[in-house]
Amino acid sequence: MNSLKTPIYLDYQATTPLDERVLAVMMPFLTTKFGNPHSSTHSFGWEAEAALDIAREKVANVIGANDHEVSFLSGATEANNLVIKGVMNVWGKKKPHLVTALTEHKCVLEAAYHCKRAGYDVTLLPVGPDGLIDLNLLEETVSEETALISVMAVNNEIGVIQPLQEIGAIARKKGALFHTDAAQAFGKIPLDVQSLNIDFMSISGHKIYGPKGVGAVYKRTGRQTALSEQMSGGGQENGMRSGTQAPALVAGLGAAADIALNEMTQENDRLTALMGCFKASLCKSLPGVLINGHEEKRLAGNLNISFPGLDGDMLISSLRTLALSSGAACASAVSGPSYVLEAIGRSKQEAKSSLRIGIGRFTTEAELEFAAEKIIEAVQTLGGVKS
Amino acid sequence: MKTNIYLDYNATAPIRPAVIDMVSATMSQVGNPSSVHHAGRKAKAVTEEARTKVAALVGSRVRDVMFCSGGTEANNAVIRGSGAQSVIISATEHDSILAAVKHVAVPVYKLAVDASGLVDIDQLKSLLKEAPAPALVSVMMANNETGTIQDIKQVVEIAKEYGAVVHTDAIQAAGKLTIDMPSLGVQYLTLSSHKIGGPQGVGAVILSPTAPLKALIVGGGQELGRRSGTENVAGIAGFGVAAFEALVGLSRGNAVTEIRNSLEKTLRSFSNEIIIAGHPDHRLPNTSCIAMPGVKGETQVMHFDLNGICISSGSACSSGKVKTSHVLSAMGYSDDVSECSIRVSLGYKSTLADVEAFTAAWKTLYDRAGKRA
Repeated sequence: MNSLKTPIYLDYQATTPLDERVLAVMMPFLTTKFGNPHSSTHSFGWEAEAALDIAREKVANVIGANDHEVSFLSGATEANNLVIKGVMNVWGKKKPHLVTALTEHKCVLEAAYHCKRAGYDVTLLPVGPDGLIDLNLLEETVSEETALISVMAVNNEIGVIQPLQEIGAIARKKGALFHTDAAQAFGKIPLDVQSLNIDFMSISGHKIYGPKGVGAVYKRTGRQTALSEQMSGGGQENGMRSGTQAPALVAGLGAAADIALNEMTQENDRLTALMGCFKASLCKSLPGVLINGHEEKRLAGNLNISFPGLDGDMLISSLRTLALSSGAACASAVSGPSYVLEAIGRSKQEAKSSLRIGIGRFTTEAELEFAAEKIIEAVQTLGGVKS
Repeated sequence: MKTNIYLDYNATAPIRPAVIDMVSATMSQVGNPSSVHHAGRKAKAVTEEARTKVAALVGSRVRDVMFCSGGTEANNAVIRGSGAQSVIISATEHDSILAAVKHVAVPVYKLAVDASGLVDIDQLKSLLKEAPAPALVSVMMANNETGTIQDIKQVVEIAKEYGAVVHTDAIQAAGKLTIDMPSLGVQYLTLSSHKIGGPQGVGAVILSPTAPLKALIVGGGQELGRRSGTENVAGIAGFGVAAFEALVGLSRGNAVTEIRNSLEKTLRSFSNEIIIAGHPDHRLPNTSCIAMPGVKGETQVMHFDLNGICISSGSACSSGKVKTSHVLSAMGYSDDVSECSIRVSLGYKSTLADVEAFTAAWKTLYDRAGKRA
């Protein structure tokens, strides 16, 4: 155990370490190939532009899209803002209804509130105790007034996978567009925009061992997917997103996407086994714990667990050798209970007693054994979980 | 013959070696600055260190620096988020300003410039009288195509009389001119990292302590709620280092001025029909916008590229499109002159030898064109 390097990073849903293979792809664009990809008059520009094209193909390949349907931007938050505000803005009074869910990422909810303040009709769907939306309720809610349904693929706190296939089918049937925030899902679970009927998808670089500050948005061609841009200027990315692209970041996203796709099955099997053992050992030693979110329809690398009777912040502060969180990173500074856990019916006390454990590519069995031991010890010392 | 002499710094500058070290070192550390654990706090410390350095470059308070994805986002954030009742922009602004004003719901006015590219101060006064108050006046500090430097202090003084606030796009000026935001009196100032030798994909809005800004991108509430989204930690760290190096470079004086002046002098000795656009004195020390009458810009650019010299015909964002420069048109140049102009922009790595190679290649083309005519 002494050979382990601490603190052990168990917060892979907040951000992931950059894969060295990704860094190797990025470095030339920081050093010798530093051109502005929009400089069309010399070779520095062409080289940088080619990098964007290669990355575009790689990202498109992961989700069964055409290259030209993928645009690069600064991250999933920008993508979510662009799609939600942009689509509603285009449809206006013709289709003033937006449907999304209570457990979406903060930036989707904030974009939805923005739409509400702008006079649009916004429905926030509840979720069941398993964290999944109710498809019957969705079908009842969506009408011909609905421009957009925005439901995340994988929840960032509890890791549940929403029924994308069924949501896509409902969207098609009702003539609404379907957006999914796939920041936590892209490169981790199979996603095919054709079979799932996804019209827009938001993608993040730093959640898949790529760099921070870059993301992508998939926008289907062939349906009425026009959206109003939020950054105007040089007209880059087919006019959808102006601004000089960062070839190093974009190339990094492309490389990260490629690796994630190639290693997906193998990595998921490995993480499922690791997480299975970890969960089993916690449940065995601490029989009163509550597992949050659907037990099967979930991301292999996520576990969200409540320790009734304990304060999560206190628990975390007694786990100095582990880097983990009680919920979403952006909400970390705010000490209120997680709105996601409240939405699945946990009490405020239960919600405040939770940990989010995120594992990934560089997590080892030894690290997780160590983590389980430390968590069990800390919970028992603090006197939590009545059996 | 292929020597790769890069003379297109206004499009993007080569990344400084110290920046590369910082970016790659930061890339190798995991951590989301919003996470409260050790890894997160370390990432946060990195962004805050960079914030201090960027603030120092423009003389602002540290907390008034808002990081974002680049100059275009920064300009859009200000134009779309200032909450002003009208917007007055100069006719020679960057495309990101020209395009952003099409998306604001308030009246927009365009301010003319004179032949040297300076804004018409009398017209500014009359527009301010007419425009619903409070107005936002957006005038770039230095132009990306010609290098003309505006008198921002004067613009601010006049704007103040009418209760208007001023934004200055300092993307091309940063690192080339000393900037002190409090003494300029602007409410908003925008910066881009890759124009000063930092990485692409990072920029900043610098606000005055009282400037309002409605967020363009909402969500997790990063950057004091002004710009949501996980911070580009490595990019921001690199921006910080570039800002610091730019500041150090400024304190040593601008070596490129001499090189640029020598370039212009040599060209003038070759020909008395060339036109160098922009203000003769109030001009960035690194920029020359040169027209070779009768020879199309694209032809010139191709000729230089064959000789291993990278320059551009106008700004990078519009150089993909065949159109004449809105900047030169606004300054009163004919399409003929505009079509025959190129932009040479120098930077921290440029040498006299680079410029000599450029002038030699220029002469070859000029002589060849002369024979044909």
